[in-house]
Amino acid sequence: MTSEDIKEVIIAIIKDIDEEADFDGLDADKPLRDQLELDSMDFLDIVMELRKRYKLQIPEQDYPQLATLNSCVAYLQPLLQDA
Amino acid sequence: MKTSRIVITGIGLVAPNAANRHEFREKLIAGRSEITEIDLRYFGKAPAGICTFPETLYRKKKENKKGTRAGCIGVYCANEAIADGGLDLSSCDPARIGIYIGLTEHGTVETENEVYNISQYQYDVNYWTHHHNPRTVLNNPPGEISMNLGITGPHYAIGAACAAGNAALIQASQMLTLGEVDVALAGGISESVGSFGIFASFKAQGALAEAEDPRQASRPFDRDRNGIVISEGGCVFVMERLERAVARKAHIYGELVGYAMNSDARDFVLPYGKRQAECMRLALQRAGLRADQVDLVNTHATGTRQGDVEECRAIAEVFANCPSTYINNTKSIIGHAMGAAGVLELAGNLPSFDDGIVHPTINVDNLDEECALANLVVNTAVRPGGLEVLLNNSFGMVGINSTVIIKKFNG
Repeated sequence: MTSEDIKEVIIAIIKDIDEEADFDGLDADKPLRDQLELDSMDFLDIVMELRKRYKLQIPEQDYPQLATLNSCVAYLQPLLQDA
Repeated sequence: MKTSRIVITGIGLVAPNAANRHEFREKLIAGRSEITEIDLRYFGKAPAGICTFPETLYRKKKENKKGTRAGCIGVYCANEAIADGGLDLSSCDPARIGIYIGLTEHGTVETENEVYNISQYQYDVNYWTHHHNPRTVLNNPPGEISMNLGITGPHYAIGAACAAGNAALIQASQMLTLGEVDVALAGGISESVGSFGIFASFKAQGALAEAEDPRQASRPFDRDRNGIVISEGGCVFVMERLERAVARKAHIYGELVGYAMNSDARDFVLPYGKRQAECMRLALQRAGLRADQVDLVNTHATGTRQGDVEECRAIAEVFANCPSTYINNTKSIIGHAMGAAGVLELAGNLPSFDDGIVHPTINVDNLDEECALANLVVNTAVRPGGLEVLLNNSFGMVGINSTVIIKKFNG
């Protein structure tokens, strides 16, 4: 997957959680949670959806690496290179 | 001890045929059932009462997805009750409002859904949702109401099978009397139509209704009844002490003047008329009323032979020689809304204080002789006028009985 593909996947998952989420002006280097009003349960929804879609078991200590859109790409790209 | 007078000042509801009290009353008087057919995973088709209401009127779709159906129904009903009661939340101390919600069961729907979900992943529990616990804790429905409204007083659920709605009103009344809260949001909610297990269990018990036309499936007191129609729904009342209601010039729907709860202590599922009669008598005694002062009895009857007959025997005994006491049944029109049944039925009958009408029990084509109570209102509404005292029965499995008595407030 390219970095753009991964960004699209993350955005699609968040849209699934909140179809009214507003991505206009989203800063890819700032925390998704603050910008999109996601709480801890929403964040776990993202982790679960990655598990369901790509069989990814993301360890809890790695959760901080999913904080921003760009950090998601950096973390997930090696894991999803063959996806 | 000086006891407080507790009144109902707001009503919010959703039933299988209505999303507000006006529509509900109109359809009950007309005897208009909107029971439909549900098709459930594993189980198949059955008559059921499904509610249609604006689900995103009071919270976002995202919150509805995160929460439960019961929470969604509860948030709608609570907001409607507050609006109907003219309660300005910004002028209330949120820590002095209590939320008391009766539930027959909770978590069954969510658990079944989650087991189905992991079945799609070879039962790998790594796919079990993190939402399971907050969705299935028993205080989930009242908790979702508290989060939605920013109410910081106590919120909890009262589990009393199908007597739970009445039990929540009683709990609210007690908390108001004790001065624990100034305002109570009290009622009952059911999301049971989402559970194949609840349908399958009633069917296994030989107590699930069947009918070609689902609107004719719920037929308490009819010789050809064949069981219960399961419905979802909810009803929340605003309740407060009389002096507070008068001070804020609230419309008072009625005063809770008596209540009782007791237990059969004998069988998991079979009802027991003797204890039901004791429950009604105790409520009358506490209200300081004679049976002949009751104008309308709302029956719990669900359309099972034994349940209907036991309750009718109990009513015949308690209300012997009460020529002006009318008797009706709401489940014939809306099905059995489980934890919401008692409160929805009360909300459906309360307007009789103002319009003088007793809504009918429908689907009685051949009245069971053992249910042939004097003044049972069958198939067509009656308009006796002057209705001032309503006795509301709600009974539940594992032998729990509840009766509340509401009196018209005459100033």
